[in-house]
Amino acid sequence: MNRIRAFVDKAGWPRIIIAMLLLSLFIVAPSVGVRVDQSMTNTIVRFGMNGILVLGMVPMVQTGCGLNFGLPLGIIAGLLGATISIELGLTGLAGFAGAIGFAAPFALLFGWSYGKLLNRVKGNEMMIATYVGFSSVSFMCMMWMLLPYRSPKMIWGYGGSGLRTTISLEGFWIHILDNFLTIRIGPNFMFPTGMILFFVFMAWIMWAFFHTKTGTAMTAVGSNPDYARAAGINVDKMRTIAVIMSTVYGAIGILVFQQSFGFIQLYNGPFFMALPAVAAILIGGASVNKANITNVVIGTILFQGLLTMTPSVINSAIQSDLSEVVRIIISNGMIVYALTRVTRKSR
Amino acid sequence: MTEQQPLLHMQGITKEYFGNRVLTDVCLDVNRGEVLGLVGENGAGKSTLMNILFGMSVIGQTGGYAGTICIDGKEVIFQNPFDALKAGIGMVHQEFSLIPGFTATENILLNGEILQDNIVTKVFGPRLKTLDLPEMRAIAEKSIELLGVDISPDTLVSEMPVGHKQFTELAREIHRPEMKLLVLDEPTAVLTESEAQVLLTSLRRLAATGIAIIFITHRLQEILDICDRIVILRDGQVVKEVATGDTDIGQIAELMVGRSVGAKSASTSGYDKDTETIVSLDHLWVDMPGETVRDVTLEIHKGEIFGIGGLAGQGKLGIPNGIMGLYPAGGAVTLHSKPIRLNDPAAALAAGMAFVSEDRRGVGLLLEEALDWNIAFTAMQAQNKFLRPLLGGLIQWRDDKAIQNVALEYIKALDIKCTGTDQRAEELSGGNQQKICLAKAFAVQPDVLFVSEPTRGIDVGAKSLVLESLRTYNRKNGTTIIMVSSELEELRSICDRIAIVDEGRIAGILPPSATAKEFGLLMIGKLKNEENKVESHE
Repeated sequence: MNRIRAFVDKAGWPRIIIAMLLLSLFIVAPSVGVRVDQSMTNTIVRFGMNGILVLGMVPMVQTGCGLNFGLPLGIIAGLLGATISIELGLTGLAGFAGAIGFAAPFALLFGWSYGKLLNRVKGNEMMIATYVGFSSVSFMCMMWMLLPYRSPKMIWGYGGSGLRTTISLEGFWIHILDNFLTIRIGPNFMFPTGMILFFVFMAWIMWAFFHTKTGTAMTAVGSNPDYARAAGINVDKMRTIAVIMSTVYGAIGILVFQQSFGFIQLYNGPFFMALPAVAAILIGGASVNKANITNVVIGTILFQGLLTMTPSVINSAIQSDLSEVVRIIISNGMIVYALTRVTRKSR
Repeated sequence: MTEQQPLLHMQGITKEYFGNRVLTDVCLDVNRGEVLGLVGENGAGKSTLMNILFGMSVIGQTGGYAGTICIDGKEVIFQNPFDALKAGIGMVHQEFSLIPGFTATENILLNGEILQDNIVTKVFGPRLKTLDLPEMRAIAEKSIELLGVDISPDTLVSEMPVGHKQFTELAREIHRPEMKLLVLDEPTAVLTESEAQVLLTSLRRLAATGIAIIFITHRLQEILDICDRIVILRDGQVVKEVATGDTDIGQIAELMVGRSVGAKSASTSGYDKDTETIVSLDHLWVDMPGETVRDVTLEIHKGEIFGIGGLAGQGKLGIPNGIMGLYPAGGAVTLHSKPIRLNDPAAALAAGMAFVSEDRRGVGLLLEEALDWNIAFTAMQAQNKFLRPLLGGLIQWRDDKAIQNVALEYIKALDIKCTGTDQRAEELSGGNQQKICLAKAFAVQPDVLFVSEPTRGIDVGAKSLVLESLRTYNRKNGTTIIMVSSELEELRSICDRIAIVDEGRIAGILPPSATAKEFGLLMIGKLKNEENKVESHE
């Protein structure tokens, strides 16, 4: 009994409840004609697609800048990298590496100025971050039309200028990570080894960073900025580093997302990318000022699993258009429930 | 004094906060028409005693109190301030509790407004009664007049000078006809001297009408001017109750601060006056809110324990905070004859100074992190200890093993009670948290250690342990310790020299063997001129 209670304390009710729900969806799935192996593939692929974006939440949370609602800024840097790579006609691994390479300077620049901004609005980071995300997306809506891209793969067929809303990666670097060392079992199960390895690599870098002197200082800044200052740490500098890291992870994260998804989504594409990432890390057990890699992994699996399973299973079970509504109510209701539990525990 | 029954009789009042006894068996009588002065150091229990009398909720929430309170011979138990108000007790707090956007009249009669019927009340009931403004104005005017000041009842509180606000608050308390006992907590602290004079005069006039007054202040001269009797509190006990005529400022000051001077102060013989100067402050100023340091020039010798005392708000806390770069500061600070860059905590730490903050939970600890981090963090960041360089120093990898070892070492050395190095700091008791803060500073292995209020909010047993470990550290490593404390007795028990700060300046430096009276006089700013400082004793 005590062991059960200890486990519940450690895992937390929101995670246990969501895990139960997810499990029951998997159990019910075959009886309504949804294949379990296919569902598992979908869950794993979605985990790989979103994992790095969620990982990008960690540095800012740890430094006390709150949840990175300004993730679209990093995503825009990634989109710039991706489009430049295609513009130059890079394909295959070179294309993907090029995209990361071109995205990085943008992410550094955006992250640096975004960090400077957040240092001026201490205490209101999350609200300002939301506006930064939204306004940068709107600004880029104009820029995608105006920037001098020439590649016929990307611009509108009529008029001959301005980028399309979705650009196919077919022939460039589609599934470049997914297809690396892929394990296939039967016709319906696929394990995207390359993408998961890449996630593990990025998570390892994050883990290692938080074991260095700077990473330790950043954690202390998030825990108690006054303590950190008294220990001679430049609090604003640590926060800026954290914001830059979050932005860079956002940029790389969207590239991984795209190579699996197969398309680059411009214009309003990045608009709502921050919310699923925020929800995932919170469901994973992070609070507003404490997060770790485990939170990322558990949260992403649970949240993406739920997003994969609810539409397919409930669609099949109810057999009506109502399923979409039910799915939204259940998944968002879960997020709200998780958030209420999280805040009570952390503050 | 006639042989009548006292208006207020408090008997055997005892109060504990979380096992920390702040009042012990306090007895207090106040007669009608009497002004009683209540004096004591910060933390002597004055405010707690008044909170008990006034039925403040904080008392009930922390476990209530023992003892009885009688008014006119009848025992009363106040559950909340409203009960106290009904019984005729009024209180004027240090902070203004007035509504800025209301006029003096409205503030004075707040929640006691004179109402009159109108047509609407006949239909909708008494909640819609209108205010009888002329009548209210008259009442307000009358009570302001009683105070002997000239305030228009129609002035908005936000437009009043500070003194008038204080009078408005007084007027609010005295306008009520049932008022019998008025408690004034430092009413003159915010007033100019002439305003304070007017206030004192009006208090005498109030007392003449039969109202009893309990007057709390740090300005001892005022106490002598207007009080009939004086009760002196120290460490939660009444140490003396005297009639004003039988005493003088010197005696009161001595009683306030001085316990019997024990043999403890003699144990500081290790200090040698001729050692070199290690820290010198030259015209230091520090802009720390509430603790402004104006102009401090000091020389501190190598290896001594130097105490800094003084009343709250006079700037003693600003000195270490300014030197360590936590608040804007100016002037010059030198360590080993090398200037220290101010306003830069990293520079102060790098130069070999460490600081144990008075704000333990706010600045001193990472409450949500494990103990080993708390202990090792400052040394790691400021001096690159507990790090392993990887890739030729490109990456500074945290050495968790070394951190844990140093934490275990200090937990053992300082006898910190915890479940292990991975326990979170917020789970420890106050005394053990303070030891963690000390361990953090010791881990830096400083040449000069600043310790600010090391025993605030911890119980008696832990206090002596903390002081003992400071003294041991000083002896063993020859570390110069500069200790700031509100508790004079604590300073006298371990320091070699003690400076008293008054109004942001050093009022004087005394040896620990100086009498309580000398310390008391310096604290209340009675000895300003240079000649009377140390020489008077030596």
